[in-house]
Amino acid sequence: MEAADAASLAVHTQDLAKRYGKTVALSGLTMSVRRAEVFGFLGPNGAGKTTAVKLLVGLARATAGQAWVLGAPVGDLKTRRRLGYLPELFRYQGWMKATEILSLHCELAGLPRAGWKAEIAGALETVGLSERGDDRVEGFSKGMQQRLGLGVALLGRPELVLLDEPTSALDPVGRHDVREIIRKLKDRGTAVFLNSHLLSEVEQVCDRLAVVDRGRVIATGTMSQILGQDGAVRVRVTGLPPERRASLGAYGNLEDEGEWLTFRGLSQDRVPELVSDIVNQGGRVYAVEPRHETLEDRFLQLLKEQDS
Amino acid sequence: MHVLTIARLTVLEASRRKLLLALALLTSWGFSRLPTMNGVTPAEVRVAASQLTILVAFMFSGVLALGSTLVAAPSIASDIESGIALAILPRPIRRSEVLIGKWLGLAVLIALYAALSGVLEMLGIQWATAYLPPNPAAAITFVAAEGIVLMTLALLLSTRLAPMTGGVIALVLFFVGWIGGIALAIGQAFQNNTIINIGVGSRLLIPTDGLWHGAIFYLEPADFLAAARAAGRVRAGNPFFADSALPVPYLLWIVAWILVALVVANWSFARRDL
Repeated sequence: MEAADAASLAVHTQDLAKRYGKTVALSGLTMSVRRAEVFGFLGPNGAGKTTAVKLLVGLARATAGQAWVLGAPVGDLKTRRRLGYLPELFRYQGWMKATEILSLHCELAGLPRAGWKAEIAGALETVGLSERGDDRVEGFSKGMQQRLGLGVALLGRPELVLLDEPTSALDPVGRHDVREIIRKLKDRGTAVFLNSHLLSEVEQVCDRLAVVDRGRVIATGTMSQILGQDGAVRVRVTGLPPERRASLGAYGNLEDEGEWLTFRGLSQDRVPELVSDIVNQGGRVYAVEPRHETLEDRFLQLLKEQDS
Repeated sequence: MHVLTIARLTVLEASRRKLLLALALLTSWGFSRLPTMNGVTPAEVRVAASQLTILVAFMFSGVLALGSTLVAAPSIASDIESGIALAILPRPIRRSEVLIGKWLGLAVLIALYAALSGVLEMLGIQWATAYLPPNPAAAITFVAAEGIVLMTLALLLSTRLAPMTGGVIALVLFFVGWIGGIALAIGQAFQNNTIINIGVGSRLLIPTDGLWHGAIFYLEPADFLAAARAAGRVRAGNPFFADSALPVPYLLWIVAWILVALVVANWSFARRDL
């Protein structure tokens, strides 16, 4: 993709790689995030998610490949005015008040001084910290610091907000609030890059997602594209010899769990044919359950496929 | 201009963390002990008064040097370790602005402390002994410069090393520089070129001791200097004595040293993955 094409996207990376000494953190990451969409970046611990975000906000430098953020090469100073970022592991200056932290970031973001008061009040209200604005941050719990971090990321109505594990320290109420904030951001046309390993969170708010493992995207698309058009079917069977069981793999990706056989990627139209085949081979069928595949199922399956 | 924002933040942090208050209290307490010393030292004797001034200045230059190291060594490193840098650096701010802003803020603190403690010392000594050094402002400037050199070194180390490691290395280098200065004095006293070269080399690499001797010179009265020079080369072995002002090329070298250290620090910080 040319740089001009990347301008229409919120994020675009091409074969982005990062190596720390001998450790490969990212190995050829290629992905695109559209403007005004909520994009989930999903992967197990150590998959390279945080490294990717750090490369996008200019905290680390890529070993190879290219990346554009809001149409500009990563690290571009002017573009950073239009970004909001919530790091995963961070802390603010404990000796400062919450309002002072927000003022500092208004100043660093280059926002007009006349608008700071409204920006700060709006951010505190959005993240539910209006009552604590004049308190020093050293007295904040981890969850409150995370809320404040989210408020900082929202200052100046950024066009792209990158959230790295935004709910890791939050209680269920806080998580719900964050999801609502993300939805509001989307409504006002802000692209959100949500880095998370919380599958339910991604499933609830994301328009599209990429699954990353060992520094590489192993699947990308909308939720339905990732989950697949075809669901899965579980069949409870007895009396079927092992060699016959193996032959049933032709119907779909087979998981043998003893009495239960799970066929993934099996079209519903072929279920009667499958049951008939099992019976013809001497099997006794006790139950047939169509199964809606969850993101967790699909995620685990994708990782398993990678391992094999 | 983000440099000034970061500089202001650095000074504000020192104030909020009660660093300024602690230094002010300790300094005041130190000077409150002066009249006691007055009982031991004959205040009428100018030479003794100047030596007292140099010893007190040495104590506070030591406090300033150690304090500069302890404050500068964690300045970048602890921001990285704690994650403060992760929140600030993605903003439209250059890393060089953060670095120079911190340097500026720390330099202001050092200059402030040197000026206040220097003025207090001069007033205290004058009150106790009626003696005022020939050029106190120049002496205070050199003491401040000594702290700034050490702070710059610690800041450079802070871009790559953990606060503790950077602080220990900077302090070791400070003492190596001091020992190098004594070696230079001994080399001059015994006219041994090898030892002189080692001393000169250490003064070029770590110019803190050179600056300290620059400060000493402006604390010595003219008659004391004349008597010391008349005493010959044996007198040169005294680490609390300077028989001449620092030469201009050496002063330019120190300015270049600070600039190069800042350039290297900037290069190092800009290339660090966070």
